Parts: sequence; structure tokens; C-alpha cells
Amino acid sequence: MSKPLLRVENLKKYFPVRRSILEALRKEPPRYVKAVDGISFEIGRGEVLALIGESGCGKTTAGRTVLRLIEPTDGRIIFDGTDITELSREEMRPFRRRMQIIFQDPYASLSPRMKIGDAIAHPLLVHGLADKEEAKEMALKMLKRVGLTPEDEFYDRYPHHLSGGQRQRVVIARAMILKPEFVVADEAVSMIDVSMRASILELLESFREEYNLSQLFITHDIAVGKLIADRIAVMYLGKIVEMGPTEEVLKNPVHPYTMAIIQAVPSIVRRKKEKKLKITGEVPNAANPPSGCRFHPRCPLATEECKTKEPELVEVSHNHFVACHHPIH
Amino acid sequence: MLLEVKNLSIYYYTLAGVVKGAENVTFDIDRGEWVTFVGESGSGKSTVAHAIMNIVPSPGKIVSGEVIFEGKDLLKIGKDELRKIRGKDISMIFQDPMTSLDPLRKVGDQMVEVMTVHGVPGDEARERAKELLEKVNLPPDRLDYYPHQLSGGQRQRISIAMAMAFNPKLLIADEPTTALDVIVQDSIMDLIDALKAEGTSIYFVTHDISLAAERSDKIAVMYAGKLVEFGTVEQIVENPLHPYTKALIEAVPDLWKESEVRAIPGYPPDLRSPPPGCRFHPRCPVFRERSALKGLCDAVEPGMIEYEKGHFVACHLYGGAGE
Repeated sequence: MSKPLLRVENLKKYFPVRRSILEALRKEPPRYVKAVDGISFEIGRGEVLALIGESGCGKTTAGRTVLRLIEPTDGRIIFDGTDITELSREEMRPFRRRMQIIFQDPYASLSPRMKIGDAIAHPLLVHGLADKEEAKEMALKMLKRVGLTPEDEFYDRYPHHLSGGQRQRVVIARAMILKPEFVVADEAVSMIDVSMRASILELLESFREEYNLSQLFITHDIAVGKLIADRIAVMYLGKIVEMGPTEEVLKNPVHPYTMAIIQAVPSIVRRKKEKKLKITGEVPNAANPPSGCRFHPRCPLATEECKTKEPELVEVSHNHFVACHHPIH
Repeated sequence: MLLEVKNLSIYYYTLAGVVKGAENVTFDIDRGEWVTFVGESGSGKSTVAHAIMNIVPSPGKIVSGEVIFEGKDLLKIGKDELRKIRGKDISMIFQDPMTSLDPLRKVGDQMVEVMTVHGVPGDEARERAKELLEKVNLPPDRLDYYPHQLSGGQRQRISIAMAMAFNPKLLIADEPTTALDVIVQDSIMDLIDALKAEGTSIYFVTHDISLAAERSDKIAVMYAGKLVEFGTVEQIVENPLHPYTKALIEAVPDLWKESEVRAIPGYPPDLRSPPPGCRFHPRCPVFRERSALKGLCDAVEPGMIEYEKGHFVACHLYGGAGE
């Protein structure tokens, strides 16, 4: 990757935990939920990076912080050579058009009182890229482009007239009308019926081809990641624990957590599964993460070292990184 | 046969029209058998589950059919008799365990109540609750927790523990893992497996055919309120007959599948006015290709036929005239 479109360096987002009166009186130091705790990655032009993890691992916060919808606590975000971490609202504006987000819930992310055509045209007006006539024209084209035809009929419909899959097409159309270079897709297919998922993924793929669109694709479903991503990054409690080319990570996972996810995924093909690693328990509270390697209380391979020393993300093979004292070979 | 469902139809009488949630659904579940119902949202798989318990929410109504459980039609017996069966012989767990847990009371008290209602003395119930918690891999101190103090996975464990209280003959599980992460899902599926190992039959509902394929004995595929295919996992996965089943298998992202994932074109129909004939015909690739099927698939509703032993399908490609 010669010059990445997006570079994220040691990004952190800590949310303060509200202290009780007693704690405040005792002048105890404020506590934080370290939702994102020092992650670094790059995304090339036209590349899709899947960010995978369980609920509460910080993947959604990471996506929003990258777009500065949430302000980072620390770290740097470099977009197309410009450090956007400290830019003012005004300075951010041109970047807002180039960086878009697709939310998980197509029910919550559309205004129920706005015609879907107007919703798609709206960003063009906000960014002053078209007058009303032109915006409508472009929205009609976009409706057709995302498969909501006859487009003039769909233009006047309201979100409640549409199915979940159709709504997600509207949400994608609204993000894509600005011809962004980068999009954060946050669980874009999780709430959609399985039979529709593939078609939404195909739609996103078609925009990648048309716009050379880069994507940070956030998902809890590693099988979806396999379909869409060039590379996969696995997150656990605010940290990236493994990152590498999709096929490499899926065929040769080196972090026990990645292995645990892969062996837990149900499959039509591999129906009787063997479980090599016995993973127990659930993700602990991010306000009080375990010492050392955060995965150690659930890890069958953990040793004393894992309890005290935090593993660094190191390259184990070409472009394949892992943060683990006892990687699987 | 533990459960025989015959010609079951459930309609929802909404202000916008009559929604035919499920129509003429017929199947059996044997003792100790795990049958998974697969389909998209609105296909009727949960509706049938609710009808078995006779708890179809308003404005839904069971308009016809029989639900014969151990020889008795659950739709005909009295309320008291049905209450004795529910929670004891037949238990149910839901996608959101909070639907069955009271947020204001400790989980231990709720577990005890389930048992005392069915006549277990208080002390004994408390002991049993502890054992049940151990069975679902939760520490005994969780009895003193309120539901909100537990994670989603732990709450689902509690609801399974409650369902296990009487070694039910049938467990109805309505998408119990849909809201959970994959590792937690796997452990919940292990628990249901363990219950099955003790002889409980399972009616499992999911939209994920890979989850169905992994654990169950048989799969029932539903589309737009109709049962379209029914058979053993091997029959359904290795030799799917109905074009919808085939399309569904091809549409699911799967880590171990080499072939391409293909979307199913179109959308499921509006069940207020389902398409005539086979309900899948507007999306069916075979119907689109073969002009000879015009006037058949789009006009005559296919009946269910037994294609091979235990493998049923409702599709004109395999014969079977109208219903």
C-alpha cells in the first residue's frame, strides 16, 4: 500500500464513568471506560477493512471516532494526507462530504416524516452541491442506481412504506449521493434478513467499484467480513488483537480469540465441528478491564506472563499482525 | 409422536387488512427430536410457535387446525388444563429474555415461583433453582441478582434454566440467540443440546439456516406463511428441492463455503394479498426460466408431497396437484 487514504494512529476514546457522591467526596480519581484504547490501522484507496468483534468491544466507537462524530481522547486521524484530528468544524466541512457513515438500524436512521427521495437529496442541499431541481434529479438517479424502481414512485414514499432491506438501500443511497471516498459501514446488514444481506453487500461492492470507495466495515459477523473485506481486524475490549489479509486470518488465525470466533460460527458445510479451544465466559466490563492481556481470563492458553504483561501487536507473517504472548501456529 | 400439527392457520386481523400469518401448516415432532423452523421475518415460523402454546398475540387468531400434544388437542382443552401443560410439559424461551423475566424481582425468586406454581414446595424449589443455575453454568449467587445486573447471555441462561425446571417434553425456542454474540450463541446452543440429550424435543426458530443445519435433526423451511419444505438436515442441506430452499442456502454468508453467495432477488410478499398460486413464484428463478410453468405456478397452489421418505416439498416441479 503506497499511500493509504486513511491512517489511524494510536486512537483512543475514553468515556468518563459518573462518580458517586462518596467517590467525589473522597476525591477518588475519575474512572474511564476505555472503549477504544490505542488502535492503529490504515485503509488504502478502494480497500475494505472489516473491524470484527463482540458487542462492547469498541468497534462502533472506533468507527465514529475515525469520522470525528465522537472526539478522540488521543491519537491521530490522517485522511488523504491531512491530519484531521484537530480541525475545526469549519475546516472539517469539506472532509465531511468525502467521509460518510451507514448506520446499522435503517429504522432509526431515516426521518419518518421525510419522503425518501427528499432524504436522499438532502445532503446535496446541505453541502450546497446542487439546487433543488438538480438535487431531485440526482436523487431519482440514485434511487434507480440502488434498485428502488420505479424511482419516481419510490421518491414520494415514506420510510414506513418500505421493508428493512429497502430502507437500508435508502440509507446507502443517501450516503453515496455525495460520491464519498470513504465510508464507515456500521453493522450495515445485521438487522436485515439473511436472504437480503447478500444483495446489500453486492450493492456496497458495486459502489466500491464505481467510486473506488474505501470502507471500514464494522460487523460482529466474521462470515460477512469474509465476503466483503480485503483485510480483517479483530477487536477485543478496545484493542486490535489480530489484523491481516482476510484469507490469511481465516485460514491461519493466530490469536486464540480469533480462533474462538471462527470455531463458534455456525456453518452449513462444516456441521459437526471440532472445538480445539475451550473458551468460557463473556466479555468483561470495559470500565475495569483485566490486567495484562485483556483476553487472559477467558483464554485456555494463558500463563502468568499474560496476567501481567500486555502483548504488543507484532507482525507474524507478511501483513499479518497479532497481539498475543502465545500465538497459535 | 409427541406433537402433531395439522392444517394450522393463523390470521392477524389488522386495521390495514387480514394478514395471513401462517396457512395450512402440517408437521410432526417426535420424542427427543430437534426440528428447526427457518425462514425470513414474516414467514410465519414464530407465529406457529406461538400457536402451539395457544398464545398468539392479538390481533392474531388461530382460524383452523389442530395442535395435538400427547394425544390432546391443545386448541380444544380448557384454560386450566392448558396452564398445567405450559411451563411444565412445554416450555418456551424467547429472543429477548426480558419478555419472560420480571425486571423488578430477583431472578432466584422468579425461578422459585415457576416451580411453586406447579406445586413444588418452597424449600425444595430454592434447592432446585441452585442446581439449575449450575446446569446452565452460572454461579449460585446469581439467584440474588436482578435481571438488569446480568448480561444478555446470562439472562438467556436464566430463562433456559427456568425452562428446564420440569424437564419439559417440548422446548419452544424462538430465536433465542439472535441478539447474542457468536461465542455466547454457541454456548447457549450447547445448553439446548444438553436438554435434548435428556429427552426433550425442540422446536427451534431461526432465520439462519446454518444454525439450523448445525444442531437439529430436521429442518422445516417456511416462506410467506407456508411450509414449503420439510426433511432431515441431510435431505434439506445436501438435496434441497424447493427453489426457495436452494436460494436460501446460496444466500447465506458461510465461512466454509467455497461457492459464491447469491442474493435472492425481490422481496417477500405482503401477506394481506399474497401472490396467487405458489407464493414464491414472483421470485422463483425456475419459474422465470421455464415458460411452460406459466399458468401453473402463478395460478395453482402446490400441495405438499412426500418426495422421498420423510422429505416433503410443496412445489410444482415435483408434481402434486393443487391443495
